[in-house]
Amino acid sequence: MPSTVALTVARYRPEKESEPTFQTYEVPYRKDWVILDALNHVKDNLDGSLSFRWSCRMGVCGSCGMKVNGTPKLTCAMFLSDYLPGPIRVEALDYFPVVRDLVVDLTDFVRKLKQVKPWIIRKDEKPPAEGEYLQTPDQVDRYKQFSMCINCMLCYSACPIYGLEPSFIGPAAIALAQRYNMDSRDQGAAERLKILSEHDGIWQCTFVGECTKVCPKHVDPAGAIQQYKLTGATHWVKSLLLPWGTR
Amino acid sequence: MNAEPRYTLYHPRWYRRRVSVWWWLQNRSYAGFVLRELTSVFVAFFAVVYLWQLRALVQGPEAYGQFLARLKTPLFLTLDAVAFLFVLFHAITWLNLAPKAMVMRLRGKRVPDWVILSSNYAAWLVLSGAVAFMLLRG
Repeated sequence: MPSTVALTVARYRPEKESEPTFQTYEVPYRKDWVILDALNHVKDNLDGSLSFRWSCRMGVCGSCGMKVNGTPKLTCAMFLSDYLPGPIRVEALDYFPVVRDLVVDLTDFVRKLKQVKPWIIRKDEKPPAEGEYLQTPDQVDRYKQFSMCINCMLCYSACPIYGLEPSFIGPAAIALAQRYNMDSRDQGAAERLKILSEHDGIWQCTFVGECTKVCPKHVDPAGAIQQYKLTGATHWVKSLLLPWGTR
Repeated sequence: MNAEPRYTLYHPRWYRRRVSVWWWLQNRSYAGFVLRELTSVFVAFFAVVYLWQLRALVQGPEAYGQFLARLKTPLFLTLDAVAFLFVLFHAITWLNLAPKAMVMRLRGKRVPDWVILSSNYAAWLVLSGAVAFMLLRG
């Protein structure tokens, strides 16, 4: 069992350098440490200038997504022991602009997420006095998987299409749109169809499938997109055959 | 990118990495994906051969005999073998993706992936068997 492990971290300090460089730190090896613990050890003891995002340490907040040895991971979920003997290479997520070190700017995603209207849309809202909109366990089961998304952006970082075509709405936003489309309380599928079936929506996806592989919450965004392609295509055929029926 | 970085207090100077032309060599699944996309060339190849066959058929027995003789040349046998491997790769990867795109529900429960997968493979085998039977019977 080694006493230390080398952590090679991408540094980008915009006031000093025009592109990222790598810096290696020797951190103590402990078998109960995840990569985020090692980064915090660096921050607290070796180099206070290292910047990265984190919050919950338990795979719920989605802040600590980074590339570990080339693969997008939640650093709070990956143990040092999985990467022995090292060195472990930690970089900022791909395809997002790097603000500093391991911190990326997510404005693009937040804007796209808002476009797909990820909230329950009702034609007529019933008065609160009439009580909740009830659901059976089966109805919950239909969308529950897609609702597990924590917006960690690992799927965007794994999607070469998003890298090549930055206008693509992307895996998580489409999965979250599908989460509301499949919800029995929602009546906004037609509103979302417009944005989802446009050029930058589902049809940009060529089914590489990596988004589903890297998803730490098993959301299966690739599945959501393919299922929606079927919905989109059916709608298109219907609008050809019955132009008045789909309005 | 500017060689001389400037720092402005309230506007971050982002670093944007260009996607390399060789992105698909980064890992095996990207390479597999690009290979699957490339198989379309070989699917098109079979379609062209088929059209060529139809043309020879229309032109009469002599032309058709010539067509068959040309298909038996080593060049075409090699091309056919390579194209067949790619089309097989296309078919298998395509069928493997089927459970992702098809979500079927029976009595409120989602039909498991392996059921969809194996029924697709079974349909493929039955159809291929039927075609082979028709061709080999005569």
